[in-house]
Amino acid sequence: MACRHLTHLACGWNGEVGRRLVTVTLLAVFLVGTVLPLGAASSPEITVGLNGDHTPHQPNNDHDDHASHNTTKKAFPVLSFDFERIGMPFEISLWVLLASLMKLGFHLTPRLSGIVPESCLLIVVGLLVGGLIKVVGQKPPVLESNLFFLCLLPPIILDAGYFLPIRPFTENMGTILIFAVVGTLWNAFFVGGALYGICQLEGVHLKNYDLLSCLLFGSIISAVDPVAVLAVFEEIHINELLHILVFGESLLNDAVTVVLYHLFEEFAGVGTVTMVDVLLGIVCFLVVSLGGILVGAIYGILAAFTSRFTSHTRVIEPLFVFLYSYMAYLSAEVFHLSGIMALIACGVVMRPYVEANISHKSHTTIKYFLKMWSSVSETLIFIFLGVSTVAGDHNWNWTFVTSTVLLSLVARVLGVVGLTFVINKFRIVKLTTKDQFIIAYGGLRGAIAFSLGYLLDKVHFPMRDMFLTAIITVIFFTVFVQGMTIRPLVDLLAVKKKQETKRSINEEIHTQFLDHLLTGIEDICGHYGHHHWKDKMNRFNKKYVKKCLIAGERSKEPQLIAFYHKMEMKHAIELVESGGNVKLPSALPSTVSMQNIQPKKLQERALPQIPKGREEEIRKILRTNLQKTRQRLQSYNRHTLVVDPYEDGWNEVLLKRKKVIELEKKINQMSNYLTVPAGPPESPTLARARLSSDPQAWSMKPDSDGVPAIKVDLASPQSPPDSVNITDEFGKRSGPPAGGGEEGGLVMKRPHPPPSLSVTAATKEEKGGRRQQQQPEEDEEGRDPQRLMRCLSDPGPSAEEEEDEPFLP
Amino acid sequence: MVIRTDSPVAAAASPTPRDTLCPILSLANNMGASQSEHEFKDLAERTGFSLDQIKNLHQRFKWLTNHQETLRQEDFEKVSHLSLNPIKGQIVKAFFDKRNFGKHEVGLVEEIGFEEFLMVMSHFKLPNKKLTDEDTEDVRTEKLRFLFNMHDTDNDGTITLEEYRHLVEKLLSTCETLEQDTSLAIADAAMLEVARITVGHMEPHEVYEGITFEQFQQILKGVQIETKMNVRFLQMDTTTMRCGK
Repeated sequence: MACRHLTHLACGWNGEVGRRLVTVTLLAVFLVGTVLPLGAASSPEITVGLNGDHTPHQPNNDHDDHASHNTTKKAFPVLSFDFERIGMPFEISLWVLLASLMKLGFHLTPRLSGIVPESCLLIVVGLLVGGLIKVVGQKPPVLESNLFFLCLLPPIILDAGYFLPIRPFTENMGTILIFAVVGTLWNAFFVGGALYGICQLEGVHLKNYDLLSCLLFGSIISAVDPVAVLAVFEEIHINELLHILVFGESLLNDAVTVVLYHLFEEFAGVGTVTMVDVLLGIVCFLVVSLGGILVGAIYGILAAFTSRFTSHTRVIEPLFVFLYSYMAYLSAEVFHLSGIMALIACGVVMRPYVEANISHKSHTTIKYFLKMWSSVSETLIFIFLGVSTVAGDHNWNWTFVTSTVLLSLVARVLGVVGLTFVINKFRIVKLTTKDQFIIAYGGLRGAIAFSLGYLLDKVHFPMRDMFLTAIITVIFFTVFVQGMTIRPLVDLLAVKKKQETKRSINEEIHTQFLDHLLTGIEDICGHYGHHHWKDKMNRFNKKYVKKCLIAGERSKEPQLIAFYHKMEMKHAIELVESGGNVKLPSALPSTVSMQNIQPKKLQERALPQIPKGREEEIRKILRTNLQKTRQRLQSYNRHTLVVDPYEDGWNEVLLKRKKVIELEKKINQMSNYLTVPAGPPESPTLARARLSSDPQAWSMKPDSDGVPAIKVDLASPQSPPDSVNITDEFGKRSGPPAGGGEEGGLVMKRPHPPPSLSVTAATKEEKGGRRQQQQPEEDEEGRDPQRLMRCLSDPGPSAEEEEDEPFLP
Repeated sequence: MVIRTDSPVAAAASPTPRDTLCPILSLANNMGASQSEHEFKDLAERTGFSLDQIKNLHQRFKWLTNHQETLRQEDFEKVSHLSLNPIKGQIVKAFFDKRNFGKHEVGLVEEIGFEEFLMVMSHFKLPNKKLTDEDTEDVRTEKLRFLFNMHDTDNDGTITLEEYRHLVEKLLSTCETLEQDTSLAIADAAMLEVARITVGHMEPHEVYEGITFEQFQQILKGVQIETKMNVRFLQMDTTTMRCGK
């Protein structure tokens, strides 16, 4: 944050030049920074590095030192230097810091990021750092397979799995599976076979390479890499269909790659393959993929079940999600099952239930943590790819490398075109030539291939170095050439881009309606298709699974209502956030409100409009009051992340007095107070609907403290005593409002009317009976700060929270 | 659009007794296989279904009607799964809504013949050939019109707030624990959203009447209805292999 402020300062001061200067300086400083400890640590025992080779004789040394200290009395060292002890964590942090700063610097230079994808730039940075380390005389660290598979890969995959867009994914499942399984198999065998053919040619001098190692190489090089695909595709904002096709393929081909890799590695040692082996291979594929999914699903259900009981310890909620997922990944890897599949399955299975159980804050935490981890991992992976390129021993063979690059391109294109031809016969939305081109062109290779190649045993595979060189070349080719040209090509071909629209409640309603309609039509036709089974699944899920995995009322909540609540919450947060700002982030510049769509009460509503400027002013005041009251009402609780209880009490009272006086002045100038919150049009309805619809929000059970919803209602200064004062003063000073109408006046007489309610008077009256029942409850709420405090102990969304897309998928 | 063509048979179809409702079909049933084959070809041309699909649907139709010529509302009770469907009423009603028969008529009928059945089903048909952009737009409009008609029960050209509330209520009707107000609130919020998106600015004294068809199209811009509102009519009673949407 400080860094950003600094750069902002720089920007203001010197504009573009300043920005570039800062970036360059940052870069320079941290390039030097990473190398310095390595350089300084030239004594042998500090080459701990990321390779993880600790020096075993360390304790011995210590002991000796101690003994000598005791015998000969020396001056007590005031300042001592012991880098060895912190060497490893220090270096790791330095790498992560480097990665993060690179990312930061990259995004500070918009022009550069417009042309070059981040992944390319990071590789270049890696190359530079590697070169620098080499110049200094150290051995640069290599992207270790264990480091990659156990630390760097899981966050990215979990992020992808947890936030996987389920609907497009399942709708295109068939296509994705065919690309992932058949496509990858075809790629592996085509590349492997053709390479073997080339190796057998005269004059290539690679005759000692047998078919199996070529096939092994083919299987390594054939898989599309999720990390690379994500890095490039997230930047070009391609339409959802193409994105999910390429990305889904890259996720699901993991099982194929794992099986092929282990199969060929095994057989390459033996040398012969029988029919039985092939059969076993197919069985193995099924076991690896389905087993991975099963392991993931089990852990997912466990996570969901655990989250059922976390309502009292909200702080550790996110941890369960991460831990269970990681356990799923590790458990799958133990049996050489597909860890990626396990992670995806785990994320997909747990998400709907976990989200229903955890608090809104925890959800935000999960989201940000996943995004943070995955982006740092991704950055590190690309940097390490660069560093490893410098570090590794290379064996450059022109024929082999060029033919690998060409063959993998050709195989990809042929595979995609051929498979699409078959797939299009079954698809409703046919894949056009453009789509095919993008799918083929988006088949980027990445660090998984490199790590798999790195894993090869040099004793069994003397050609490992050459393989690695070829793999790196293919990765560089795909990431640099294809990654850099894909954006202009997408523009050139006018491929449909992703529409940046939020899902509206109408779309949700009609999508659901359509689902039911199609299920109904299928039933009438007696055709048990897609919709029929989906409906059955949903029923089963609702009837049994949700009851077990979701705590309390929410298990019975239909999807539409859940969606509505999420949306409501989002609007409320936006409302609070935009309270002080002049520009509203999402609210359209429109003034349609409930009264427009409910014509009955029209005649009674003749409220004059408040000028825009005044409206903002009022909103600001209301917001400040809201924040103040919130701070005061929060009580300390270690599990709910609330701080500063009753801090600065006296000052606040003074401040409040001042505020009240200011407010009075403004109120006097104001024509009508009542229409204030009508500004953001959805607020009244939503606030009202929240009151009436969410049973949890108003339940006074002590365990309902975690329900995030309640904060919403605080947007109206209804409950805290001091705002009650304010409204009282309103009443005294401004008297009955000018054109307030009947209900307006009526509400004003109340000592603490929530303004939002008064605005929805039109709707309120229409539901007269119900409102009457509710009113006492609200009064009680106002008088009873104790209860409110309980509701507040999980603060839910706060105004300061930077939540761009709260709670919505 | 194929559906919009006016046919002599269609013109004859009005709320009349069972026997005269669909003369050709009853004829076909009487005159044996070759005749019915010919009849099916005719229907295939008009509805755009393939012959196999028509045969399949005809079998189903006969099963539904107990080998009668016409289909009544009660016959839908035979479909057991339908009773679980929250919008069952609307679905059944759509089969008896004259607006869906491709003629410019309004109102409800008591019973329908096979041709009407096909006409309603044809709204869910897969496109036969590769569509140009204009065709896609046509298909989209036609499918949206079908949906719109399902919501606009009184055929006044708008979905009023009452109708919208009814719709949401129905959608949520499977949930027992629900408070009535929730569905109302959702419908209100949705209506408000439509008004905000389509109209934009409204003075307090103005009244938003309801969603017109154009506005309906506008709010569903993001949903690719032309690719979603499809049922595969071949291979009845089997799970079909599916690739994609």
